[in-house]
This record gives sequence, structure tokens and C-alpha cells, in this order.
Amino acid sequence: MSTVTLVAKAKPQLFLEMESVTPDAFAGKKASDIAELPVYEGNTTLRLADFFEVRGDGGTTAADTKIVIKGDATRLKYVGMRMTAGEIEVEGSIDQYVGAWMEGGRIHVHGNTDAFTGVGMKGGEILIDGNAGNYLGAAYRGDWRGMQGGRIHVKGNAGSDIGYYMNGGTIVVEGDVDVHVGSHMDGGRIVIKGNAKSKVGGQMVTGEIFILGTLEVMMPGFIYRKDVDIEVEGVNGKFALFEGDTAERHPKKKGQTVYGRLYLKV
Amino acid sequence: MTEYLIKNGFVFDPVLKLKGEKADVAIRDGKIVETTEVKKPKVIDASGMTVMAGGVEIHAHIAGPKVNSGRIFRPEDKLFNTVPVKKNMRAQGGFSIPTTYKTGYAYAQLGYTTAMEAAMPPLFARHVHEEMRDTPILDEGAYPVFGNNWFVLEYIKNREVENTAAYIAWLLRATKGYAVKSVNPGGTEAWGWGLNCLQVNDPVPYFDVTPDEITRGLIEANEYLGLPHSLHIHGNNLGNPGNYTTTLDTLKAASGQKAKNKFGRETILHHTHVQFHSYGGDKWANFESKAREIIDYINKHKNITADVGFVTLDETTTMTADGPFEYHLSQLNHLKWVNADVELETAAGVVPYVYSPDIFVCGVQWAIGLEIALLAKDPMRVFISTDHPNAGPFTRYPRILKWLMSAKAREEQIKAFKQSDKVVNSSEIAGIDRELDLYEVAAMTRAGPAKCLGLSHLYGSLKPGVDGDVAVYDFNPEKEHTPDQIEKAFSSVKYLFKRGEKIIDNHEIVSHGNKRTLWVDVKVNENLQVMRDIQEKFMKYYTVTLGNYEVHGRHFIPNPFALEVDATR
Repeated sequence: MSTVTLVAKAKPQLFLEMESVTPDAFAGKKASDIAELPVYEGNTTLRLADFFEVRGDGGTTAADTKIVIKGDATRLKYVGMRMTAGEIEVEGSIDQYVGAWMEGGRIHVHGNTDAFTGVGMKGGEILIDGNAGNYLGAAYRGDWRGMQGGRIHVKGNAGSDIGYYMNGGTIVVEGDVDVHVGSHMDGGRIVIKGNAKSKVGGQMVTGEIFILGTLEVMMPGFIYRKDVDIEVEGVNGKFALFEGDTAERHPKKKGQTVYGRLYLKV
Repeated sequence: MTEYLIKNGFVFDPVLKLKGEKADVAIRDGKIVETTEVKKPKVIDASGMTVMAGGVEIHAHIAGPKVNSGRIFRPEDKLFNTVPVKKNMRAQGGFSIPTTYKTGYAYAQLGYTTAMEAAMPPLFARHVHEEMRDTPILDEGAYPVFGNNWFVLEYIKNREVENTAAYIAWLLRATKGYAVKSVNPGGTEAWGWGLNCLQVNDPVPYFDVTPDEITRGLIEANEYLGLPHSLHIHGNNLGNPGNYTTTLDTLKAASGQKAKNKFGRETILHHTHVQFHSYGGDKWANFESKAREIIDYINKHKNITADVGFVTLDETTTMTADGPFEYHLSQLNHLKWVNADVELETAAGVVPYVYSPDIFVCGVQWAIGLEIALLAKDPMRVFISTDHPNAGPFTRYPRILKWLMSAKAREEQIKAFKQSDKVVNSSEIAGIDRELDLYEVAAMTRAGPAKCLGLSHLYGSLKPGVDGDVAVYDFNPEKEHTPDQIEKAFSSVKYLFKRGEKIIDNHEIVSHGNKRTLWVDVKVNENLQVMRDIQEKFMKYYTVTLGNYEVHGRHFIPNPFALEVDATR
């Protein structure tokens, strides 16, 4: 695997839109070509080389290409957007839309990410060592197709509205989450190892949410069914199974109504 | 103004009966003239290319409150497709509900120079005109909706044709409208009671009048006035399995009647997007094409025109004044929806929709659209449309031409359907090998719509005297083309002239032109009853006053073009 290292050398005045920073775009390019790729600051088109020192050439394919971002990345948006393969490693914290609409490959952020991480994600993996912002694995504004596949793993906490309109894939948050989890969710799995606040599963159609810590307020549309013994993300235990959101429509499968399932550790 | 001579192209013009003969086209002072009348023209070499009049769109939703509701509630429609400012062009965005500027540019790039907004809620006419004003290049008009309007329902119930006509004349002037549109007659008003009119004899609650009576009453008033366009109808029961019988009932309202006008229009009823009205079966599982039943009827009845509403197999945004239909659609696909009531006049709904080639019903809908066009005997009466954006965006017209002009292209699409066998068994499309030629295409996209709109003195042809609207496509009709070459050639016109001004030069937009807003100014005898009814309804029911209702002034219509009709007796 070939590694391309981007070393931040100038801080943008505004935020930089970096959708050209993907293994797909870097593959088959020399460092000097990569340096010429466009980045956008407001309505101005600039070059990657204006803000980064580019070290190393891209691999022959996206799968063969790894990108490492060193230095301050807190003003970078859309890194890894729509990537299909390869790897991106961000050594610090990064701004919004990391791995948005990503289809494959792997992104590892050592610090925190801001909002819309993995929005509309279809496949691949995002690992965040720190905290994630709001709208993690959610849908783009207006869209009904949120995270559809792949896996997001957050070692710290996550913000509000995670898994909004999620309909596939897995989100695991080891810490706590803010309000609105899995709103309008129709498939997929959200696992919260820490605590949740309120509005979990609002207008949820199908899918699964697990809360291993506490839940401050249960939505009124959820109904307790039974206790179950299960294993989730390496944790065995007894969970109270709730189904809902009963205020929402639900599909039928073999004559049975399929609900969203909310598992609360007891 | 600059004179132009477009030389040596293959010209297709159903009015001049030119079927691809090599001919020169001359433009002077914004009009087509005899080639001998230009002295020092700029010469456009069109050898090896196809030359036609500018396209005329008869039915599209491109301006106004429901289009804008679509834009507002679908930010994802602009995802990944915004285009920044370029030379001569403003910023653009949107796929199924493009920005006004993109709408103008995209029609021009397809060779279109005129477009009609198909449903203008009178109360929001000002909004419609503001958006048309901001849509460059195209001459545009808008059809105010009448089929659920309280005045119309009352006058028709009382069989007062003079009052219906006087009200239409007043509303066309107040809203600067172009034609009489009727959407789900009676059904949209019934929706206010949570009901609908699915059949032409279902009575409208309270008003106690039927869709059939409304349609007949509007046809009568339209011909009483002698308007340029015929009644433009979206019939009852749209989009439901088995609705073709309702459509035939709607079309029967035209039987035995003749057009009366001075604009050269010979037809009295235009049924729009008939694809959505040609469905058999009684549930989605046994859904089937009844295209033949509908087009056979239209073929036989020469006083009827139709546009197709081709399904393009895209993700799009449906929007119509058929409020109850949009509600039912949202219950089918569970996506977000808008529904709005427009006081005494109409209603509207907006729902995103994905016509997936993996879904059986979408495949049959695709087939029905093509069957209607391919089984049509008179291309001067059956027009190309996608009911933009309902069955697909108008930017897919080149793809529709590919399907219409190449049996191979249709075969490829049929094979690509997930439930190919089911689609073939529920439609006739696989058994049709007809391929349309460009002469027929020119009739379906230009000469036909222009005539039906009463605009053949301005558009749809290259005969001397009409507007200098000319499209030149980089397409040699004498050569063999693959389906994709057909689509590509008609996706981007090489040259385009609008009223004698060069708009597109070598595929690039070079001017925004000087677009006009078309409206119909009808003189009728003074009608005190109608004037009093208007005053009274505004006092009693409307949330706005008359002074805030009417469309006037340069702000709304900087460049008006009125077609004058004298209907005084």
C-alpha cells in the first residue's frame, strides 16, 4: 500500500472543502499531481499545495492508497467523501462530513469529528478515537436515505441526532449520546454503551437500538414486550425489549407487524 | 438586428412539409424570412446537421409555489449537481426541480424556446410570474386552474355559460394567464371534505355538480370565448389501476364539438399526461397497460390532443393540483409530502418519487408512455412531455427520443428491467417495432404543440413570418446512429436562435435573450353579475383584497405579450 502524507502548512481563513481528498482521487497520481488537486475555500478554488505539503505518491488503485493527514485538520470538511476503497488516517481532530456517502475502505480519526460524519454512508468503516458530533451516520438534509451500510465506531461520546433516517449498517458509541437517536430509523443497528437522554427511536419504523447504560426518558410510543438474554458488541446480558415507535407506520412480514426494537440493559 | 442565414441543413418542418430536405433558413428582424430577403447575413454552416424550429413545451411544472415547495423541501435534489457561475450563465442547481436559471438554460440546450407552466393557482399568480421572469431565454405562459374554482362550479351548476366565460376572461386578465386548465375537476374541491371525485359522475360535495358537467361547461366557455388554446385537462382518477375507463369518459365530453377561434386551432380538448390515465387492472398486482384503448380513441377523434407524460425511470418530484392524489401517493411510498389548500380555487401536493427499473409497475408505466407515442397516428395531435417533473425531468427528452427512434434502445431497456417478463406480459411494448423519424418528432415537439396552443403564427415552424426560433442539432439524419448517439446529439443543441437572437453558439450559452410572457387578453361584454360576484367573494372569503391579487406592472411581467381576443357579442 502506498502512503500519501498531507502535512498542514497553512491554516485556511475559512473552512476548506476537501472532497478531492480520497484514495480514489489520489490513486494513480504522483505527489506533484496530488498537490494540484482543487480545494475550495468559500467560493474560491485553490490547490491542495496551498495548504499542505504532499509527501508520497498514490497507489495504483484506491484500495492500494492510504492518506495520512498530519497537523491541524479542524478546518477540513468532506475528507473521504464518497470514497470506495483504501484508507485515511487523521492524526488529530477534523471538521464536518468526514466519510460522507462513503462506500468502502476505512477512515481512522485519532481525535474528534464534527457533525455529519458518515452521512449517507453505504459501506466501509469509520473509527473515531475521540468524540463524534451531531448527525453521525445520519441522512443529508431532506434525504430519507441515511446510513445504509458499513460500520461507525466512536470510542468517546456522540452528539445529537445520530442515525437520523438510518436504514442499514452499524453505529457503536462507547460513551454517552445526546438527544434524538435513530429518529425515523428504518433498519440498521445503533449500540450505545454509555447513557442516553431522551427521544430515542422517535418515529422509528424498523431497526435496533441498544442502550447499555441508562435512558433518561423513554418515548411514549414504545411498549415493553419482554426481557431477553443476548450478546451485543461483546457484552452479554439481560435486556428489556421495547417495540415502537407505535405512533409510526410499520411494515408487515408474514402477517406479523414489524416494529423497531429498543433494548435497554437491566 | 443581425441577419442570419442557416445554410445546407436537413430541415424538418411539418408545416412546410419538409422531411429532411436540404434547405436554407433566413432570419431578419427577429423573424423567419425568405432567403432572398437577407442582404448581408452571418452564415451558419449547418451542413450535415438537423434544423428545426425551436421546441414548444406544452405542459411542464416549472414556476410557482408548488415547484418552489419542491425546491424547499428537497435540498437533496441539489446534492452533487450544483454548477457555479460561468461566463454568460448564473449559478444552477437541482435535478428534478431545477432553479429558474437552470430551467431556462436546460430547455435552451435541448433546442426549446417556449414553455408553458401547466398549473398556476390564481391566488399565487404573482409568484408564478416572478419565477417565469427569472427563467431566462424562454417565452413562457401559465395556465390558471379553473376546474375546482368556486365561481366556475357555481356558474356551471346554474348552466350560465356567459358568466363562466366572463369570469374566465376576468381571471386570465387578473392573473395574466394563458389558457383554461382543469385538474381533477371537482375532485380537488372534494378533497376539502376529505373526499375525491374518481369518476366523471361523482358529485362534488356542496356544489352538487359533476366532473363531467365541469369539463363540458369549461369546453363550452372556452369556445364561447374563442381562446387560443383548448381546454387543458388533467382528468379524474389519475394514477390508479383501472383508470382508463375514467379517461375515456373524460374524453367523451369533447364528442361532436368543433373549435371556434381565430388562431388556427382545430381541437377543443387537450388531455395532458395520458400515460398516467391509461392504466388497466384493478390493483397494483394485476396492473397493465391500456395505452391502446386510449390512443385508439384519440386517433379516431380529431378534436382531441394529448401529451404523453413519459416515465423516464428517474428519482423525481411529483407535484400537482390533484391534492388527494398526492396524499395517496405519500401513503404508498411513505416519503415526505406537502399538501396545501388554495382558498376558493384549488389545492396542491408534492411528493418525491423514485421510478425504479426494479419495480414492475414503473416498468409498465414506462411502456405505456412509449406505446401511446408509438401507436399515435397523428403526431400533430400527440405531444412529447414528461409532465415535468412528475414522470421525470424534462432534461430526459433526448433519452425519450432515443427510445422512440430506436427499437433496439427499447429492447435494451426492457432487458434491463428486473421483472422484464412481467413488464412485457402486462404491456404491448415488446411487440411494437415502429421507430419515429425526425419529421414526426418535429410535429410532436414543435408544430403540433404550437398549433394546439393557437401559436402557430409565432412558433413551431420555419415558414417566413413566424418568430426566428431555430434549433440546429449536430445530427446527420442520413447516417446510422447508435441509440446513445441519438441521445447525445439531442442533449445539446449546436446553435439556437430565439426571436432572431443567437442564444447558443457551438453548444455554449451566449445570451439570455429577451424573454416574453404570453397571456391572453379577452374582451367580453360588461357583466355586472360576475363583477359583483367577484367583489362579494373577495369581501367574504378571500384572505387578500383584489388590489393584492391582480398581477400587473413591470415587476411581475417586464416583457408581456398579449394575444388579443374579442369575445364581445
